[in-house]
Amino acid sequence: MSAVFNFFGESILINHFLILSSVIFLLGIIGIFLNRKNVITILMSIELMLLGVNINFVSFSYYSNDITGQIFTFFILTVAAAEAAIGLAILVVYFRNKGSIDVKKINLLKG
Amino acid sequence: MLATSLFYLFSFIIIISSIGVISTKNPVYAVLFLILAFINAAILFLFLNAEFLAMLLIVVYVGAVAVLFLFVVMMLNINNEENKLKVQKYTPLTLFLVSVVFIELAFVFISDNKYLTNLTKTKNLALENNTVFIGNILYTDYALLFQLSGIILLVAMIGAIVLTLRTRDGVKKQIIRNQIDIKKSDVIQIVNVKNREGA
Repeated sequence: MSAVFNFFGESILINHFLILSSVIFLLGIIGIFLNRKNVITILMSIELMLLGVNINFVSFSYYSNDITGQIFTFFILTVAAAEAAIGLAILVVYFRNKGSIDVKKINLLKG
Repeated sequence: MLATSLFYLFSFIIIISSIGVISTKNPVYAVLFLILAFINAAILFLFLNAEFLAMLLIVVYVGAVAVLFLFVVMMLNINNEENKLKVQKYTPLTLFLVSVVFIELAFVFISDNKYLTNLTKTKNLALENNTVFIGNILYTDYALLFQLSGIILLVAMIGAIVLTLRTRDGVKKQIIRNQIDIKKSDVIQIVNVKNREGA
């Protein structure tokens, strides 16, 4: 494995970080699929998935010695913040109109 | 071994709090678990010499996004009783998808990762200031994308304001244009009253 050093003076293998990020991403997917009640938890699961993606990008940026991964993580953070703001605004408007944010009741487009 | 054991500790906390995010009944606890996960992810970013992104994660996520979630959760007054992780009709599909990826992860874990050994470090990024390095790249090579991300944030801000702005009925409000445009004939009625006939 590559000899990569941080301020601890020792290396952590990259597959540790890859497995961690995949596990976080999968937990986000599980949260989206299993939670059928609350839209806020779905938004938080999306944030978890983005966190997993960010850990993946930063770890590859570190181990391949390329700063571009961190730049990309920066843009992901920007878009995630915008997405959270818009999503929560839509949620507030929906709750104001319907009085509930139950996922099962959001089926108006089904006719 | 210190870094590896610390990595295991922090990643364990991240995974436990992620499970907490997706499984608690109370959305407030879910937001607090999300904050815990983000703080530990920032610590892991420090392990990867990404100090700027670690601080950005704490400032942007813990300071702004999580607080926004907390405000919305408090504002909406959700019924906690119904918000429960139950067996749904999508559960077999979910378990299938997740188990496929977990099996792939197990293969990655037991492999000798010969594909990853090419990732050797040629130059020590840790010797340079991480923030300076990111700034040098971000303001030159990615300047247009940087501006574009600013526009995205602006559009998000305007969109959120427009979506949640509401004009209530029955609120008395001073409209200066109407006050200026008013004519004498609108408010004064001149009545010629004959002598001794006024009511």
